[in-house]
Amino acid sequence: MTELFGPESMAVLGLSLRVALTAVAISLPFGILAAWALARWQFPGKLLLDGIIHIPLVLPPVVIGYGLLVLLGTQGVVGRWLGDVFGITLAFSWQGAALAAAVMAFPLLVRAVRLGFEAVDQRFELAARTLGASPVDVFFSVSVPLALPGIMTGILLAFARALGEFGATITFVSNIPGETRTLPLAIYSAINVPGGEARALSLVVIAVLISLGAVLLSEVLARRMRRRLDA
Amino acid sequence: MLEIKVRLRQGDFLLDAELTADSGITVLFGRSGSGKTTLIDMLAGLRQPESGIIRMGDQVVFDSTARVNIAPERRAVGYVFQDARLFPHLNVRDNLAYGLKRARNRPQGYDLGEIVELLELGPLLNRRPRSLSGGEAQRVSIGRALLRQPEALLLDEPLSSLDVSSRAQLVPFIARIGATFGKPVVMVSHSIEEVVRLGDHMALMSEGRVIETGPVGEIMSRIDLGPLTGRHEAGAVIDAVVEGHDATYGLSRLSFGPDRSFQVPAVDLRVGEPLRIRVRSRDVGLSLTRPRDSSFLNVLPGRVHAIADEAVDSQVDVQLDVGVLMIARVTKKSCDAMGLVPGKEIFALVKSVAIDSRSLGRHGEKTETGQKFPA
Repeated sequence: MTELFGPESMAVLGLSLRVALTAVAISLPFGILAAWALARWQFPGKLLLDGIIHIPLVLPPVVIGYGLLVLLGTQGVVGRWLGDVFGITLAFSWQGAALAAAVMAFPLLVRAVRLGFEAVDQRFELAARTLGASPVDVFFSVSVPLALPGIMTGILLAFARALGEFGATITFVSNIPGETRTLPLAIYSAINVPGGEARALSLVVIAVLISLGAVLLSEVLARRMRRRLDA
Repeated sequence: MLEIKVRLRQGDFLLDAELTADSGITVLFGRSGSGKTTLIDMLAGLRQPESGIIRMGDQVVFDSTARVNIAPERRAVGYVFQDARLFPHLNVRDNLAYGLKRARNRPQGYDLGEIVELLELGPLLNRRPRSLSGGEAQRVSIGRALLRQPEALLLDEPLSSLDVSSRAQLVPFIARIGATFGKPVVMVSHSIEEVVRLGDHMALMSEGRVIETGPVGEIMSRIDLGPLTGRHEAGAVIDAVVEGHDATYGLSRLSFGPDRSFQVPAVDLRVGEPLRIRVRSRDVGLSLTRPRDSSFLNVLPGRVHAIADEAVDSQVDVQLDVGVLMIARVTKKSCDAMGLVPGKEIFALVKSVAIDSRSLGRHGEKTETGQKFPA
């Protein structure tokens, strides 16, 4: 039986964490911006933006993966340009896996952060304006700190979703050991190999531990923040 | 100096108001819905008038004809909200520093140390807003607004969300700010007691208009404005000085002119200290001759100055000149029976017990700066 925390499992875990954390890092700034726009601004096409953001939540992940492949693959419109101009190849690389995970996690992130912003009493933002803060200043010095519990929840949900991403990843960047074979892909591969059940089980245990740890950590942090903010 | 002349229509409500305010406290007084808060929101830039002009110090912050509308953060205005609105994610020190850090002009007003001392915030600096009492939070909020280096301080009913004892604790701090700030303080209020206690000037608002502005004593002694200042609580406001104490009977004598004085239940002030008394119209009686065998301690000779045109509930307000202007509310029947006409000599009778601590406004701090009672 393969050791639970053997070097092979650790490599898979390391890659998965790298992919998931990168996915969160990519989507966070855009997610916060989109959530802010949806929570506070009135603009034409708001409903459309809301719909587009939610597409990954309602479409089969494979469709998203295929879309990314067509768009960003080495022969894709944007992909070829990225390769020619910047020498960046997303297809079949771990960066591509991170991008796929980021796209899939985005709607969950935006939903949670938006709720966080909507819970911020706008009267604090007005008070900040009368104290000399410009709208951008108010955003960073008042709105974001007060929305932190929601932002934390969003980060956790996005991280968990990125860690578990399967369909879009395997379609876009395939299943390359050491490069794009994240935890779910490794489990899937192990099950498909005769006698790989033990290996699959050890990976499943790791997945459960990581997810549970993330949930607990975020819950503790969110609680601490809410206690601090309860005015 | 602060000037506002604005118009705004909102549904059925029309705000069409004009006001100027100088240093000292100007109380914007009126019933709820009269447009007081709307007016100071416009000063702060939180609400936009349809037309008009707003000037603050030497800055024009709004001018509809010149299409000027300065954003709230670029108007040098300190705004104290009814609910204090301290930032819950910052401690008291960081709340105070929030506006100070963002002040455009070099600090010329209060610095942090002065504010901490003036508002006695030292013990609160490391506390979180949620651990503060309502009165403490409001004090921090006033400090935060002043540290923003404003040209005017706006207070939106700062006392109304507080209980009676925190209100009494906060009042002296606001009086202190009014006396030392040196720039306009505009305070919204619907309580005559706050006007008497804190106001240097008052602006009477009703249905979106500023009906009258002037020194508090002058406005309060007008009989034509009675319906607006509130009939039940209406009465003249008189600036007086403590003349002496009568320990035997627990009384103090307050002088408001040569040979003019009141006896009231003992006040806790030294001889020579100034204070303000409110004499409610319903507590003043009239007599054609000096009563020799009555319980009234305060018998003031004078003349009828004016009589209100209309009787309300069979009562009329009679404005008296007893050295200062005072109002007596008498029945229409008495008025006719006594043959009261302007110029007629009368005696005003005021029960000492009618002047309680709630009617007294201390203005001790004013004398130090010489604003209210020049030597």
